Amino acid sequence: MAQLFHPRSNTIARASIALAVLLLVGLVWGVTEINLSSYMTRVEMPRDQPVPFSHKHHVSGLGLDCRYCHTSVETSAFAGMPPTETCITCHSQIWSDSPMLEPVRASFRENQSIHWTRVHDLPGFVYFNHSIHINKGIGCQTCHGRVDLMPLVWKVNSLHMGWCLDCHRNPERFIRPKSAVFQMDYQPPPDQESLGKKLVAEYKVRKLEDCYTCHR
Amino acid sequence: MPRFWKSVDHLEGTPAFERFVEDEFPSRSEEWLKPVNRREVLRLMSASFALAGLTACTRQPTETIVPYVRQPEQFTPGKSLFFATAMPMSGYAKGVLVESHLGRPTKIEGNPQHPMSMGATDVFAQASLLGLYDPDRSHTVIYNGQISAWVKFLSAMALIREQHIADRGRGLRILSEPVSSPALIWQLSELQKQFPEMRWNVYDPTELGERATAFGQPVEVLYDLSKADVIVSLDADFLASGPASVRHAREFTDRRRLASASDGMNRLYVVEPSPSSTGGCADHRIAMRAVDIPGFASALSQAVSGGGAPSNLPAGADRALSAIARDLQAHRGRSLVIAGHHMPASVQAAAHAINVALGNVGQTVSYTQPVRPGGSGTIESLWSLVNEMKAGNVQTLLILGGNPVFDAPSDMGFRDALKNIKNSARLGLYQDETSEYSHWHVPAAHYLESWSDARAVDGTTSLIQPLIEPLYDGHTAHEFLASLTDRPDRSSYDILREYWETRITGDFEAQWRTALHDGVVANQVKPSTVTVTPPQIPAANRPESGLELVFRPDPSIWDGRFANNAWLQELPRPLTKLTWDNAALMSPRTAQRLGLKNDDVVELHYRERSIAAPVWVVPGHADDSVLVHFGYGRRKGGQIATGTGFDAYAFRTSDQPWGGLGLEIKKTGRRYALASTQDHHSMEGRPIVRTAAIEEFHKDPQFAIHEEPPPPPALTLYPEFQRTTYAWGMAIDHNACVGCNACVVACQAENNIPVVGKKEVLNAREMHWIRIDRYFEGNVSQPRIYYQPMLCQHCEKAPCEVVCPVAATVHSDEGLNEMVYNRCVGTRYCSNNCPYKVRRFNFFLYSDWYSKSLYGMRNPDVTVRSRGVMEKCTYCVQRIQEVKIEADKEGRLANDGEFQTACEQVCPGKAIVFGNINDPNSRVSKIKAQPRNYGVLADLNTRPRTTYLARVTNPNPELGGEQS
Repeated sequence: MAQLFHPRSNTIARASIALAVLLLVGLVWGVTEINLSSYMTRVEMPRDQPVPFSHKHHVSGLGLDCRYCHTSVETSAFAGMPPTETCITCHSQIWSDSPMLEPVRASFRENQSIHWTRVHDLPGFVYFNHSIHINKGIGCQTCHGRVDLMPLVWKVNSLHMGWCLDCHRNPERFIRPKSAVFQMDYQPPPDQESLGKKLVAEYKVRKLEDCYTCHR
Repeated sequence: MPRFWKSVDHLEGTPAFERFVEDEFPSRSEEWLKPVNRREVLRLMSASFALAGLTACTRQPTETIVPYVRQPEQFTPGKSLFFATAMPMSGYAKGVLVESHLGRPTKIEGNPQHPMSMGATDVFAQASLLGLYDPDRSHTVIYNGQISAWVKFLSAMALIREQHIADRGRGLRILSEPVSSPALIWQLSELQKQFPEMRWNVYDPTELGERATAFGQPVEVLYDLSKADVIVSLDADFLASGPASVRHAREFTDRRRLASASDGMNRLYVVEPSPSSTGGCADHRIAMRAVDIPGFASALSQAVSGGGAPSNLPAGADRALSAIARDLQAHRGRSLVIAGHHMPASVQAAAHAINVALGNVGQTVSYTQPVRPGGSGTIESLWSLVNEMKAGNVQTLLILGGNPVFDAPSDMGFRDALKNIKNSARLGLYQDETSEYSHWHVPAAHYLESWSDARAVDGTTSLIQPLIEPLYDGHTAHEFLASLTDRPDRSSYDILREYWETRITGDFEAQWRTALHDGVVANQVKPSTVTVTPPQIPAANRPESGLELVFRPDPSIWDGRFANNAWLQELPRPLTKLTWDNAALMSPRTAQRLGLKNDDVVELHYRERSIAAPVWVVPGHADDSVLVHFGYGRRKGGQIATGTGFDAYAFRTSDQPWGGLGLEIKKTGRRYALASTQDHHSMEGRPIVRTAAIEEFHKDPQFAIHEEPPPPPALTLYPEFQRTTYAWGMAIDHNACVGCNACVVACQAENNIPVVGKKEVLNAREMHWIRIDRYFEGNVSQPRIYYQPMLCQHCEKAPCEVVCPVAATVHSDEGLNEMVYNRCVGTRYCSNNCPYKVRRFNFFLYSDWYSKSLYGMRNPDVTVRSRGVMEKCTYCVQRIQEVKIEADKEGRLANDGEFQTACEQVCPGKAIVFGNINDPNSRVSKIKAQPRNYGVLADLNTRPRTTYLARVTNPNPELGGEQS
């Protein structure tokens, strides 16, 4: 009886096992890479907005404080988005006929809200509270980056859970004095480690790693 | 035989019950039991793996942020505001505080400043939130079945007005629900001036003015249970229904808290045909046909006033009666007899006579001028209206609320009489049976959308303010009536202001704002006390033996007005644990005599009418008595309302509106599956409920612990739990729970808990995070009844946590047993391993993700769960976090009582207390230190954070330990 398999089959079998393993590893690696890519996380991708509002101009150019518009950042979970009225306070006087600002004027005229595109979007099962972070010495810039240099805002961090936990486990590496929370160009001092430890103790910062801290 | 049991099946240990309990997964449905072959399994597995893997590969959809154009003052996105208002029901106000998230009402709480709320509410107020967002509410004005408009209605009414100015209102009639609103009464009296011959009738199917008949005038009867040592209820469910039930429950339970081992408590006797919530709290419960209660009442009255020996009593009641009479006589001025408002005038009179004889009037009971000037309406007044309608004397009929076509007594022929009317207009929340036969249907504004006012039973006046603009084209009764005036387009706000501007003295604007803020109008004159003359007690003839039929409003959907409220439909009734249906309730002995068991369909014949109804056997029900609840069998009025249960109003006749003798029952041989949750989540035969009579408690205050001591703390392989800043814990007092179910609905509203529908309840898949387990003890015809609220116990050594393969349920530093939805893969091992059976699994997508009108109702601080995940009580972690964050910002610890869990806040009896057990001075620590404290199933060494205070009863020594 003739041989069913040619001796060459052994090589093919070995090669296909190896290939299959490689393929599987490749697939896992590929899916992970795609998930972490900026395509998925939208990190460093400026988002189009109905009005091309420039933080760069308003913050570093004019020197507006974050809280001028994001009024509830110190008191509420939500930092607050300015009502059209806030824009109109100035823009009824300056650039009052700029075509770029027509959607703002239309909103005010017709009493219809502007629909801004959300840049920092957490999943529905995550409950983040701005006010407690601000009150415990975490700067805006720590999570949002140099917004004062962004013409259109983009995300600088993935907002993945691992990224949150980096800080929740080691707050001393990121904490800053409360006086510098809204300072955009803050540079951590060379002795951040020891300053951090001091501030963590002073502000009674706890390492909150329980699931219910954010999920409920 | 078990000492405590949940159903007759349980007591007898029937094979069906054994099977149900033994089944490891009683909640798996039949579709899972189909034999599946290997190929099918592989196909399903590979498909689900492939699809599950892909779900992670979606890019987040783009969301928008929509800020205000002009942000209202004090609105902080992310923070809720509370507004005081009042919920009117049968005219009476219940003071509430409504939580609003960015203008959307999301939760209803009691108003601590309102005397009828004291910070708590009943089930109806809790569930009224779903009523607001109900997608089935009527949306537009309807004229003769066609969509019309409010302006068209106004012009039609202008013509009608012209006509009635000419005839001085001779053919003009108004039929309304009971009204206490001062502004509406004022509008009615103004109308009366304009149309002198107009008449206003009141009708409410749950209250037919028996008290007014007994006392010769409508009066409010106010009880002060805080002063009563001995209370006798003659079929009065005063702890769970009625305008003052919340206050009653607080006052009643305040006398049963037994904070120290030497404390005494009050004693409650309940005489009733079918066990009610109040009956479950009784120290002695006497089951008696409703027709026998008048005889009992008059005999008790005689016995108390030292008259002759009781006669005319059903066998066995004599001894109880003389014991009760002696007990009452020993507590002159500190006792109270309460007659249910549906008891005939003779019982009302007898209760009054006893209270007078004992000197209780002015002490525990007082009578005041009615806060609803039209009273509750009577059968006679409705008859006179219907007769006029039939005779063609009524040209115009305005129906404000209510649903008389559905709920008027069936012999009146209200529906046909309504067809006689030339112009009929109807204001209602739903397009229901009455709308169908009215020319005009005007959608009513929900009370959370209305400007109005209302008074509580004690005369406290509240302003009703809207939380939201009407979602649909809703109008209030004020606007509806204004359509008959020369200023038809006035808003209810204008009408209300116009009325109150002349009634409030001093700075109107300031006082108006204070009244809106507080939820009560200050400095209002309380109704004056009236003296009612002791009426003659008509001699009660001994009723014949035989079967009686009893009508009562349903404990959840009431007279049918809440029939489209799925929260209330799925709420297990306090005693029967039935959901989604009504049934013919009867005692085990009666059922046995007739050869009936649960789910048998019978033909009920009563006064030449008959109807098919399923049977439900209720331990503790009076023999020869069959009780049916109103409100079911709706033909129109929403998707949820229609098609459930049978219509008991079809039996109701005007001469015997609460039922009577002469019922015949015929077995049909058919079966109908009733969805009762009573055997679900059974914890077989373990000492779960612990109880003692007060003498035993005085002898051994720690009887509960001694019944089954917990294992020594060292007996564990797991590491000891490290307590940090906070250690959350809960204590539930069995003595203070009146079984009213308010916590179940409050939890549902707070935590976005879905309803599952009847089919899924039959599969034991109801989703309530807290349930009230109801246990019976003793013999099946006169059992003792116990309530036990059961929720996640947040065990320190939680059996659920160690079996989760994906760590989706873990323990927090503060002792919370956390359930992480986004990690859960749905193995259900945790639920399997939970000895308390408090975990709930989303077998399907139970949350309604598609009805847009429900989006606004959801609590934004709690995830809306999808299918395939486990969920359970979180101790309201969203409330914990909110307060902890606020405290943290101020650099302090959260104060005791700074927040309450939803179940704790709503509890009328204050049975549930939550707090930090690390703090020895917190309320919960102090309660846990009481001698009655024990942990359910603590012998498993789960170290539950929720503990219970054992039930202590106060039986009359003369009657021994028996029930009657």
